[in-house]
Amino acid sequence: MPDVHAEHAQIDHTGLAHQFEDLDQQQDADTLGIWLFLVTEIMFFGGMFAAYAIFRWLYFAAFAGGSHILDIRLGAANTVVLLASSLTMALSVRSAQTGNRRALVVFLILTMILGGVFLGVKAYEYNQKFVEHIVPSLDWAPEGDVLARLAPGGLNHAQLYFFFYFAMTGLHALHMIIGMGLLFWLVLRARKGSFTPRYFAPVEVVGLYWHFVDIVWIFLFPLLYLIGGRY
Amino acid sequence: MSHQIVPLKTYVLVFVSLIGLTLLTTAVAFVDLGAVNTVVALVIAFSKMILVMLFFMHLRHSGGLVRIILLAGFFWMALLIALTMSDYRTRTWISPPDAWSITAPPTHP
Repeated sequence: MPDVHAEHAQIDHTGLAHQFEDLDQQQDADTLGIWLFLVTEIMFFGGMFAAYAIFRWLYFAAFAGGSHILDIRLGAANTVVLLASSLTMALSVRSAQTGNRRALVVFLILTMILGGVFLGVKAYEYNQKFVEHIVPSLDWAPEGDVLARLAPGGLNHAQLYFFFYFAMTGLHALHMIIGMGLLFWLVLRARKGSFTPRYFAPVEVVGLYWHFVDIVWIFLFPLLYLIGGRY
Repeated sequence: MSHQIVPLKTYVLVFVSLIGLTLLTTAVAFVDLGAVNTVVALVIAFSKMILVMLFFMHLRHSGGLVRIILLAGFFWMALLIALTMSDYRTRTWISPPDAWSITAPPTHP
């Protein structure tokens, strides 16, 4: 008599969902699905990048002035931190592939820590904007040296630059926070030993998402911090 | 497909290149190249993206379906930027005919 429970189980002990032939087919479907999602994310961020391109072209002086207020060292350091987190994420996937559960947990936690460092630096930078009174709408009253640097491009257009700054880095930071939640979920599952060299699709899928968020920052850093040069 | 195990050395080399490119793009920002500054920054950003996608995201070992979907995404993005910018940048090329311009408010007796 066939095992009725196995027949109706959603996911068996190897991690295979019942609608798939085998784990290879399942992982291909999972990978395809996350890539499809990431393409919709390209479009999601794309609208903002297109709007940025228009206004940067229209009000270049104001955008360059706003860009020069940002701390280029913090931006570059945060880029290095995020790239390092992408390395540890890639090594997490590799550890899952080689079946090293201990290394998988360690690399996932390292990725979370690096993500946390990035968000911490970002929070410090956001705070600096309040200190300098260059938060559009909420606290917009630049003075002294900051005012002198923003004035040539026009204050209203400089404010527009900071709208873009907060919207783009804010949306990026939101993606990081979601990614860290997903990483936490992976750590819990990895500790229980849910992943094997045959079944590690969730690690691969979260990894692809994490690398995508890294790529968004790879573009945000030069586009927000390096406008018009610092010479 | 994506089951290939990439050697540790490859990941580390890619990471070192990414850091090198980050330092390069930051350093170039302090050199006056005029409009070329933006071009250099974007070329470096694209190079970094391609490194991340090929190695960290395993695009090298991905199937054709994934590549087509990604290509479609980039094609859409290129359309969005190119068509929008070509609109904005050409608006002032031709001025509207004089007959369309309002010279004086209509007068009423």
